[in-house]
This record gives sequence, structure tokens and C-alpha cells, in this order.
Amino acid sequence: MSTREYMLGNVAIARGIVEGGGQVISGYPGTPSSEIIGTLAGMKERDFYVEWSVNEKVALEVAAGAAMAGVRSVVTMKHVGLNVAADPLLTLAYMGVKGSMIIIVADDPSCHSSQNEQDTRRYSQFSLIPCLDPSTPQEAKDMIPYAFEFSNKVQMPVIFRPTTRISHGKSDIELGPVEETRPAAEFVKDLERWVMVPKNARVQHVHLLEIQKTMQEELENSPWNSLELVDGAKVGVIASGIASVYAKEAIIKQGIKASFLKIGTYPVPENKIRTLLENTEKVIIFEEMEPIVEEQVRIIAQQTGSTVDIVGKMPGPVPRVYELNTDICADVLAEVLELERPDVPAEVSEDSDYDRCRIDLPMRPPVMCPGCSHRASFHVMKKVYGKDAIFPSDIGCYTLGIQSGTVDTTLCMGGSITVASGMYHAGEKKPICCSIGDSTFFHTGMNGLLNAIYNKADITVTIVDNRITAMTGHQPNPGMGKLVTGEPTIEVSLEELCKGMGAGFVETVDPYDLEKCEEVFKRAKEYKGTSVVITRQYCVIDAKRSGIRRKPFTIDAEKCVGCKLCVNLGCPAIEFDTTTKKASINAMCTGCGVCAALCKFDAITEVKK
Amino acid sequence: MSAEGISKFDLVIAGVGGQGTVLASDIIGKAAVKENMSVRAAETHGMAQRGGSVVNHIRLGCELGSMIPMKGADVLLALEPSEALRYLEFLSDDGTIIVNTDPIHPVTVTSGQCTYPDVDAIIAKLEETHKVKAFNATELAKEAGHPQSMNVAMVGAVSSYLPVSIDTLVECVRELVPQKSIDINVKAFEMGRDITQG
Repeated sequence: MSTREYMLGNVAIARGIVEGGGQVISGYPGTPSSEIIGTLAGMKERDFYVEWSVNEKVALEVAAGAAMAGVRSVVTMKHVGLNVAADPLLTLAYMGVKGSMIIIVADDPSCHSSQNEQDTRRYSQFSLIPCLDPSTPQEAKDMIPYAFEFSNKVQMPVIFRPTTRISHGKSDIELGPVEETRPAAEFVKDLERWVMVPKNARVQHVHLLEIQKTMQEELENSPWNSLELVDGAKVGVIASGIASVYAKEAIIKQGIKASFLKIGTYPVPENKIRTLLENTEKVIIFEEMEPIVEEQVRIIAQQTGSTVDIVGKMPGPVPRVYELNTDICADVLAEVLELERPDVPAEVSEDSDYDRCRIDLPMRPPVMCPGCSHRASFHVMKKVYGKDAIFPSDIGCYTLGIQSGTVDTTLCMGGSITVASGMYHAGEKKPICCSIGDSTFFHTGMNGLLNAIYNKADITVTIVDNRITAMTGHQPNPGMGKLVTGEPTIEVSLEELCKGMGAGFVETVDPYDLEKCEEVFKRAKEYKGTSVVITRQYCVIDAKRSGIRRKPFTIDAEKCVGCKLCVNLGCPAIEFDTTTKKASINAMCTGCGVCAALCKFDAITEVKK
Repeated sequence: MSAEGISKFDLVIAGVGGQGTVLASDIIGKAAVKENMSVRAAETHGMAQRGGSVVNHIRLGCELGSMIPMKGADVLLALEPSEALRYLEFLSDDGTIIVNTDPIHPVTVTSGQCTYPDVDAIIAKLEETHKVKAFNATELAKEAGHPQSMNVAMVGAVSSYLPVSIDTLVECVRELVPQKSIDINVKAFEMGRDITQG
């Protein structure tokens, strides 16, 4: 029994990489994918290379280079990261790989922690790169060694697409043996294959289309697809990835007699679909998000002249948005098969709390931590630029500044400086001050700043530098002077970087020092051209972990007049008593002192011991 | 309720980011795996962790998905009273609620935008429809030695309902909590368990 362990899906995927003998692993953090590299980097004994790259395009190219040299490589990212890496992806499909390469892209249906819920399987179709879609954490782990082998066999990269419920689910995992062999890196020059000039690209495109059939046949019979034909069943259920466990539970719950096709690969198992169509009268398809399986089923049905009734989302009762679950599947089955509908709501609705309980529950949105320096930066930005100024922002913890009125746009990683530039060039007369984190700046913000400076955008760029990639779980970045493994490396200077790109105004300030911060922002606002303000202060969580302790603050009730200036900062450590009309500070205080600096009545002081 | 052929025991753990819902779920999950059960669990990570409302699902003896259907949970373990109400829909009609009565006020309340309902009214509401075990687990944890062991006290309280042996659960508490707080946590576990054994 010692080979069974209870682990997080992403830890299981990391284990799969070890079992499969992965050699070069790169990635950029993004929920829900981040723990894969975190787990690998934290292993005491490592016989592979692992890095946090600066963005997903870079990461994918690093892994591609390794695979061109003949080793087994992996790149990890979240779904939207693949947009950044789409350029190399689409041409890598033409080139293929020599060793093996797995492109792990974690999808986030329902946008638990994302700006959209795009379906990576569309990229698989688009790029003609095959895709594996796990239904459980165990299958996720088991698919990785298979993917290395398959990739090497067909000389193509493979997309592996877990979703939030796989990556952040936990399960008992049966461990497998670890691959001991390691192909040695040896890049063999082959211009026709590795240099995608038009002459070679045309040939490789034909080749890519030609191998689709081979790949489809190989995947069809992999363990990831299975067809159970039930004698006499008139209904067939097709489900892919995680939807297959929801559908299975719904079938058991409703006591339905149905044949069942579970799909875990793209291209889809065409023969199994054909067999199912031949043996049923009605087919119901469950898949999260896009109707990718459904489109293929409809194409096959048309090609074979099948008259089977196909039920899915084109249109149909299966939702095309958000995660599926057992209740939704059970509800659809009941509706389509005219069974008694289950007597439960399919979803928790925002209003149902009130209906059911008749007690108003307070909203509990995620907030910036007590003492977070972003809160101070935003406070000063708002004070200097005014409430009417425009504050384009970016992706990170500081997006939570949406509650402080300093996040007016978030488009994508690095989309703050560029959106700000566009507004300026459009003729917008209001002051424009955008914000972007240190890691996001290194990711794709740099290009935007270069563009803003070059094209003379009169905007202020605030780099809220908390010295870490915080939101995704505190990963190191090039500004920190350390690698993913903790090994020291060069500390890239944001100031020098900005100046090197031509910025004429670059100032660094501690956001806890409100007075100085205000003075710097005032000058930045007056500056004609692109000004850069770097507000630098350690992330409070990281500071606490590295042993920085500040004395907490307290409010003198006698001096407090209840003006709410401190309360309006929105710090979870500051409370307001509506009966006594006075503020107080609770145990969560981390001692940043921003509220004390703000108080006009000297009511807030450090706790004396 | 957990059903034949699907799951042996379905538990929903609700709370606030930072209270230790993941550790609570890990102790139970790991213990069940030690006793040769299949386990499926779902956690809240990322954006939702920053002081937001969090919910974990954990299914013991289950080989399907990790998400417990509506009205499917055998027990709702709420580390915070208002969070018990928020996730009540997951609890089966015959299910039990174990709830910590110590409230955590969200920023929307501390800043005066919303009001926090009266805790007694919340408990009374829960009692209208379900069996409820309500107690101040934070105070209990303080008595055990540290308020942070509240999550483990709650695991102790739910242990009376789980299809997992006490010895294995305590073994997992020892394995998963920080070395220096093992004794405090084991004590918190036992004190929590006493509450539901009575």
C-alpha cells in the first residue's frame, strides 16, 4: 500500500513528469498551473533542469529548444498564457520535435482565478497538435509518461490540459515506476526541418496534415478513451475530460441504462464514436465549455448518414459556459430522457442564500492583505491624480484594488501600459496613471513601456514592486536575485531597465512613506512624457515568512473622532464600530503604519510593549 | 446523502481564507487513504484565498469527481458561522452541521458597508432545518494552547461522524501540523471530539 499517496492534482502531475523522465521543465506561474513547477523545484534530489521563465512564449521556446536537441521537455502555464505563447506554438506544430515535449495548459472553467474561460482544446484543433484531457488526478499523472512516449513516437509536441478541478483537486494516487533512461542532448542540423522559411514551411504543413490520421489512430486505442456498450441501451452518453466523472455519477444517481463513451484525447476516437452511433438512438454529449467533441460527433454522424438524435449545446441543454457538475448532468439527463427531475437546485445562486435563509449574509470578497503596500500606492495615486483620472491596471494581487477605485481596466498580462497609451493617443484629456506589478512588468509590461516611451505617451506608469510574484503563490522573478530553486542569480534592476529603454523620469519610493510617495507622484504627474514611479515594498506575506516583524498599531479611542479616513483604506485590520462611531485595529495588523500617517488626530500609534 | 456506488461519506468544509480549511481537509483525506479508501477532494486556491469565502469538498470512498452535488453532503463543517449559511445548499436534508460560533467580520462589515447577522440568529436558522452542533472552537483552541489550532479542533468535532478511525486521524494530525505545535493540536483535536461525543 506504500505506493498510494494522497496528493494535489498538480503534485501528481509533477510526479508524472518525474516518472516519465522529464529533463527540461519551464513555465510561467498562473492559477491553476503553478504548483507543478513549484513541486519539481522543491524536490531535494533533482536530475532535471527547471526554471520559471519570464513569460509563456519564452517558456515554450525554451522547452521547444530542449526538445529539438532531443531531450524530454515540459512547459507549464495557465490557459491565457497559451495566447502569449501562440506564436511559437503554431509554427512548432510544423517543425515537430526530436525528443519529446509536453505543453501543459491548465484551463479554468468558471474563471475561478482568471480573466476568461477559453478552452485550450480549440488551440489543439487550431494548431493540429494532439491534446490529452484527464478526468481525474490519477489519470493526469498517468498521462504524462504516456505523453512523453507518444510525443517521441510521432515527433510532435503534445498538449496536456488539466482543469481547475484536476489541478486543485486532491486524490489518492497510485505511484508508478520512474523512467531511468535519459536521452542525451544532441542537436542535429536539418535546415528543412528546423528553419521555417516559406519553402520549408509549405512542405511541413503538408506533413502535419498527413500525420493527423496516424496520431488519431494511435490515440484512439490509448487507455484514455473507453467505450462501454450496454446491451439494449437506446441512449448513449459521451463525456470528455472531467465531465466524464460528473456524467458517470449522474447516470448512477438517475439509474439510467446507457452506453458510455469516455473521451480523453484529441483528435477524438472516431471509430468509437461511429460504433456508439450505430448502437444507440439518442446520444447526449457532456463536455465543459466549447462543443468540440460535439462538433466531431455531428460531422461523423453526417458522414455516416446516421440519424441518431444528438443532444449537446449546439444549441441544447448542456451549458457552454462555466464548469459542469453532477447536478447539471443529472438535470440534463432528466430533461432529455423525460425522467423525474432531481429535487435540488443545480447551482448555488447568489440570491438563494436570501431566499432560503431570509438572513442577509455579508459579502466576503477576496481583499488585499492587512498592510499590503499596494493599498498605500493606490491611496496616493488616487490622491495625486484625482478621482476622475483614469487608472488602467494589470493582472496580479493589485487587481484587488478594484475596490479602491484605482483599477479601471484589466485586459491581460501587460495590458496596463499599452491601454493607457492608447487612451492618451486617442485624445483623452484626463490624467492617466496605470499600475503593473514587478513580475507582470517583466512578463510583457516591458514591451508596453518601450512602446509608450518611443511613441511619446504622456502617462504615468506605476510599477507596484512587491519583490515577488505574489498572487499565484509567491514565485521568484528576475527582480529578486534568486532562481526557482533558491539558487542566487543576478538581480535585474527595474530602474536601469526603464532608463535603458529611454525613460526620462524614473523614481523609486517606499509606498509606506506616504508623504514622500505623494511628492514623487506629483512630480511624475507634471512630467511631460512617460514617467515611471516604482513603489517598492516587500509583499507582507513574504516579509513575514522571511522574518520581518513590525510592531502593530492601535487606535486611541479618546482621540478618534470617527472620521473614517483610516477605515476607507479598506484594510481588514481596521474596524469601525457603528454604535460608538469609532475605529479600532484588530489582531490582523502587520504594522505598516499607513493608517497612522493618515490620521489627522494622532489617534493611531504603535503598540508599546 | 452519500449514495451506494458513488461515495461512502461526503463532507463540505466551509470557512474563510486563512482559517486552515485545506489543512483540515488534508488530515481527513490522508487518514482515509491510510485506511485504504479512495478519496476525492476539491480546494479553493488563488484569487479566492485572500480573506475570501472558501469551500472544500471531500469525498471518502469515492472514485468519481470531487464535487459534492447539491444536498449531497453528510456533514457541513463550518469554521465560521456565516459561512455555514452560505454553503447550506450542499447539505443533505438529513445532514448535520458542525459550526464554530466565532465570527470573522469581512471588510464589507468592518468598513460599515454591510452588517453581520447575529450569530444566535444564524444558529437558530440552521437549527430550523438541520441537526446542529454549535460551539466556540476558537475559544476551545485557545484553551488547548493556540487559537490557530481551531481548524484541528473542528476536525476533532467531525471525527465522531467520519468512517475513519481516531488513531489514524490523530496520526495524521501529528504528521501534518508544524512540529512545535503537535501537542497543542492533538489536544485541540481531543477537545473538539469531546464536544460531539456527548
